[in-house]
Amino acid sequence: MADLSLTAVSVVVGSTRAGSNRLLDGINLNATGGEFIAILGENGAGKSTLLKAIMGLMPLATGTILVDGQPLSALSPRERALRLAWLPQSIPLAWPLRVFDAVALGRFAHGGTPRALSSRDHAAVTAAMAACGLSDFINRSTPTLSGGEIARVHIARTFASGAPILLVDEPVAALDPGHRLAVMDLLKQHTGNGGTVIAVLHDLGLAARYADRIVGIRHGRLVFDLPPETAMTASNMADLFDVHVHIDTTPGWPQPVLISQIISDPADPVEN
Amino acid sequence: MINNRPVNRWLLPLLAVILVAAMAAAVMIGPTYLSLGDTLSALTGSGDTLTQTIVFEVRMPRAVAAAITGAALGISGAALQGLLRNPLAEPGVLGVSASAATAATAVIYFGLATSAPWLVPIASLCGALFATALISGAAFRMRGVASLILFGVALSALSGAIMALFVNLAPNPFSLSDLINWTAGSVANRDWGDIGFALPFVALGVLLLMTIRRQLAVLSLGEDTAHGLGVDLSRVRLITILGAGFATGGAVALAGMVGFIGLVAPHIVRPAVAYDPGATLVPAAIAGAILTVLADIGIRLFPWGNELHLGTLAALVGAPVFIWLVFKLGNARHG
Repeated sequence: MADLSLTAVSVVVGSTRAGSNRLLDGINLNATGGEFIAILGENGAGKSTLLKAIMGLMPLATGTILVDGQPLSALSPRERALRLAWLPQSIPLAWPLRVFDAVALGRFAHGGTPRALSSRDHAAVTAAMAACGLSDFINRSTPTLSGGEIARVHIARTFASGAPILLVDEPVAALDPGHRLAVMDLLKQHTGNGGTVIAVLHDLGLAARYADRIVGIRHGRLVFDLPPETAMTASNMADLFDVHVHIDTTPGWPQPVLISQIISDPADPVEN
Repeated sequence: MINNRPVNRWLLPLLAVILVAAMAAAVMIGPTYLSLGDTLSALTGSGDTLTQTIVFEVRMPRAVAAAITGAALGISGAALQGLLRNPLAEPGVLGVSASAATAATAVIYFGLATSAPWLVPIASLCGALFATALISGAAFRMRGVASLILFGVALSALSGAIMALFVNLAPNPFSLSDLINWTAGSVANRDWGDIGFALPFVALGVLLLMTIRRQLAVLSLGEDTAHGLGVDLSRVRLITILGAGFATGGAVALAGMVGFIGLVAPHIVRPAVAYDPGATLVPAAIAGAILTVLADIGIRLFPWGNELHLGTLAALVGAPVFIWLVFKLGNARHG
């Protein structure tokens, strides 16, 4: 079971007196086990807010979120963590933790701690570290790692959690091309094993190549929810980002090539 | 269970041995020097009565009071640093000790303590709980490391002013040395009764804090990520408020305000536990006990005209460490 269902989800911030801001507006989204969903949208479109709302970090103004048919609000923090793993865009580390320990924290919901892991916890941590190319970093202190290496530590912790539904927010933004493909392959492998992946991506090419469905969000509203072949069109990308793209289909998947930015409002020209 | 090393397995036994040695030294050292043989025979009940009185009625209660105070402050500091993800947090700096002392002195100055001495630790506890709750609420709104410390500075200043106000208002003729005993901290002349009043609070606080060691470890990743990993944040906050409040309240009732022990103790042990905030709690408690017992030996050992107060020596050593930590933090943020 790795099903997620959002119905009419809205998130509002700010009081009505000071003027409120609708971050999410009536989002409907269904994900079932085995699906890889990419979320696309401009900065501030509500992508990260959507993942936070699913994690219970944003109070919903309207709507319901069901995880495997159960309302999210009925789950304890631990029960939710056993079903959903979330990788935020940035994670401040308060202390210079060891790499192994930073990954092992992903086993919290299973009862494990960095100091006391069951053999199952230990196996999950070791496997996740190996998959993310961190086997040589076990005893390294996290402040000595590069930005991309730190990002892989957080990805490894997400995998180590063993949760069937992964919500990953720009998981490969900090990674080099090789590790980008490696992490995307791992996510694809997770859906191949029956898991669900919802990934916020800014790389249109990776989204088109890996995702089973592409969800476009703008101004907190769902613009489209389509398979890559029909989602990845010049007009959809223009609707989402105000950019001209050329769609190249030679590699076997729709490969968007950025051409130029659309200047939609002549009064506010974009310099280039 | 697989024990995930670098945490030195000898750390706790080593700290325990040092604590026992420090407490033995604290019993031996004083105006009348007692040899190890004298001390041991008094402990086994075979020495002369004078030695037995010195050991059981004077020096042992003092050493035990110092150890309990230090352990309470050490574990409270470690828990507050873990919850707030702030290496400068501790009961003294955050104004928890000052609030506890203010509440305790209020009870004394208004004459309530003479009829009901048990009101002193209760008042101290209420003052500490009030401050930890206030700080936890403030931490919601203040993101930076420094702003919360400034909040503590303000809380300490306010507590000091209220205490001074009590001095003026108190119906009883009240001595300045009493006030200094509370604000500068001391474990001199404590008896087993004093310890009996404070110990249950400290013990309860320690037990509460021990239940959230795993959660504090996950909080290294920040509150949102910890929530995502299954940590019940409101529960962890509540238990830290209660645990640090009970432990610090008990410590202040016993010894007055002793600053910086709760700051220094966690930092000493942290590298030995791979910087895991949860694994820091117990070693920080023992290290706090050792530091306080050693500080209390220090003020008796050196010939300063009048005996220094425990909190004075703790601040003389601890405040420079605080300044060093501030510099280290500044460097880490800027490059």
